[in-house]
Amino acid sequence: MTTDRLSGTVLALFAVVVIWESRVLPLGTFRQPGPAFVPILLALLLLTLGIFVVITGGRAPLFSSIGWTEWRHAVAILTASIFSVFAIERLGYRLTVLLVLGFLVKVVEKQGWVLSLAFALSLSLGSFFLFYTILRVPLPEGPLGF
Amino acid sequence: MTETLHNLYVGFSVALAPNVLLYAFVGCVIGTLVGVLPGVGPLAGISMLLPASFGLDATSAIVLLAGIYYGAMYGGSTTSILMRIPGEAASVMTCIDGYEMTRKGRAGPALAIAAVGSYIAGTISVVGLMLLAPPLASFALRFGPPEYFALLLLGLLVLAYMSGGSMLKSLAMATLGLLLGMIGIDPMTGFFRFSYGLVELGDGIGVVPVAVGLFGLSEILLTAGQPTPPEVRKPRLKELLPSREEWRDSLWPIGRGTVLGFLIGIIPGSAHIISSFVSYAMERRLSKHPERFGHGAIEGVAGPESANNSATSGAFVPMLALGVPSGPIPAVMIAAMMVHGISPGPLLITQQPELFWGFIASMYVGNVVLLILNLPLVGIFVNVLRVPYPLLYPAILIFCVLGVYAVNGSAVDVGIMTAMGALGYVLRKFDFETAPVVLGLILAPMMEMSFRQSLSMSSGNYTIFVNRPIALVMLMVGLGLLLLGIAPFVMKKLDWRDKLGVTAGQEKENI
Repeated sequence: MTTDRLSGTVLALFAVVVIWESRVLPLGTFRQPGPAFVPILLALLLLTLGIFVVITGGRAPLFSSIGWTEWRHAVAILTASIFSVFAIERLGYRLTVLLVLGFLVKVVEKQGWVLSLAFALSLSLGSFFLFYTILRVPLPEGPLGF
Repeated sequence: MTETLHNLYVGFSVALAPNVLLYAFVGCVIGTLVGVLPGVGPLAGISMLLPASFGLDATSAIVLLAGIYYGAMYGGSTTSILMRIPGEAASVMTCIDGYEMTRKGRAGPALAIAAVGSYIAGTISVVGLMLLAPPLASFALRFGPPEYFALLLLGLLVLAYMSGGSMLKSLAMATLGLLLGMIGIDPMTGFFRFSYGLVELGDGIGVVPVAVGLFGLSEILLTAGQPTPPEVRKPRLKELLPSREEWRDSLWPIGRGTVLGFLIGIIPGSAHIISSFVSYAMERRLSKHPERFGHGAIEGVAGPESANNSATSGAFVPMLALGVPSGPIPAVMIAAMMVHGISPGPLLITQQPELFWGFIASMYVGNVVLLILNLPLVGIFVNVLRVPYPLLYPAILIFCVLGVYAVNGSAVDVGIMTAMGALGYVLRKFDFETAPVVLGLILAPMMEMSFRQSLSMSSGNYTIFVNRPIALVMLMVGLGLLLLGIAPFVMKKLDWRDKLGVTAGQEKENI
């Protein structure tokens, strides 16, 4: 299985999902397109392109040839990012940043305690001061006002 | 001409007044800062400072707000080049070769060329604005929904055709971007599309979370866990400025980008955003060494940055000459003018000559201020690269989260950025370009609106797209590009890009 054949298949399946999800919207007519008209048109185009990618994908590299050596770090970074989505308005900006940086620098990168704490604290407090206090960008404060 | 020069003299006497000069400087500083920060874009900066400008006289207020606008255009390139995080939509193309130059220790030249290119393009386009505002504005007014649709479609096809690698895959990514742009309220009927009950998606997916995710976050996902840290050569002091060869290679791209950006910028609407995309595609097509694009070609920075800045000046043409805002930012500036009792339009030049010419002159002054402000900062910005990567990438992640959150104060945007980061990571592994996704997302609402408005105008008759000459020409050019792109599959001859050794396999290390 080549990368193009796999990706083309995924694109085509995604297009089918979009067409299915568009069924709840009015299609309109060819002369008076409704809200579903353009999405379905684009999904059909994507389906066609996906199929062509599959057809022409014979010369692409094999899927097994792709290296995923950095996947652990990628998962850790994505986990930290997902955590910030849920935590930023519940815990507040500063505490969220402190925890995210602490996790990435200490746990993932295995840096020393002093460096990790100093880095996380300075970036958390410094960025809050710059953006919230100086630039007046609204940033959430946690339940403890921190 | 004599009268124009006299008016310009009057304008400079206004623009170089100490208080006006001060506001131009303040505007440029704030603009650069908001441009550097992803999320806090020029519109947010101008909107935040609009109330503060009420107490100023009209000229100072407009000069301040304009300074923020074109300062932000330059500032957006800094993070694009240093960290592959586009400061705003127009800086997306600078990420590609700008960041590759940084990895080769050429961050200084990239930043310097971006500054100089922006200065030259901004200055020349101001001349264009000054001399050509009325006739060009009249031409721009001939752009209706059919022309707009044709232009945007052409922009997508140009980008897909000129991209390295597979045109099929580039078109697929552009289509994916267009589909992402369908999320939100349908502007014609009010139906919610693909929002799944999330109120935040009612306005659609923002460009900033998608661009930051696809470019910035995906980059650190790909590089953070590498066995050897990413190779970012630390530049020496003498390497902070471009070499003679780099200056020479940048000259024509700056010139072409200036003209292209100005012409696209005068078109009402947000079409000026596509100027950097089209410029990049054009430089790649015209280059004698297109295989260098994506690996740190200075032309890939010079062209788009010049086009971007030039389009900024071009966008003021309809605003000043006709009182027609060409986008949300000129619309806010028209609002600022009206607060001061000034009505922009054809009579502005005769009724308020000191304002009009003072504004023009301040743009010259602003470009000089930006150059003086940013060139010495190149050395400071480049020092960011000396931070060890295990500390740098967490800081970049926080920068991304902060910038994206600052757009709407919404954690949903951070979630979108995360999802786009994961998608960008996978797409790059599978050798797909991500720039077309961003362009598709930006253009989707405008394309759909102009498409459906065109059909409303013609009572559902599709011949409206071929009956209007400007739209017809653009559609024919687009069709030609499409046929050229698919010709190799039909004729079984090598694509011109393959002849130059640019194949999908060689693009693995690109976007």
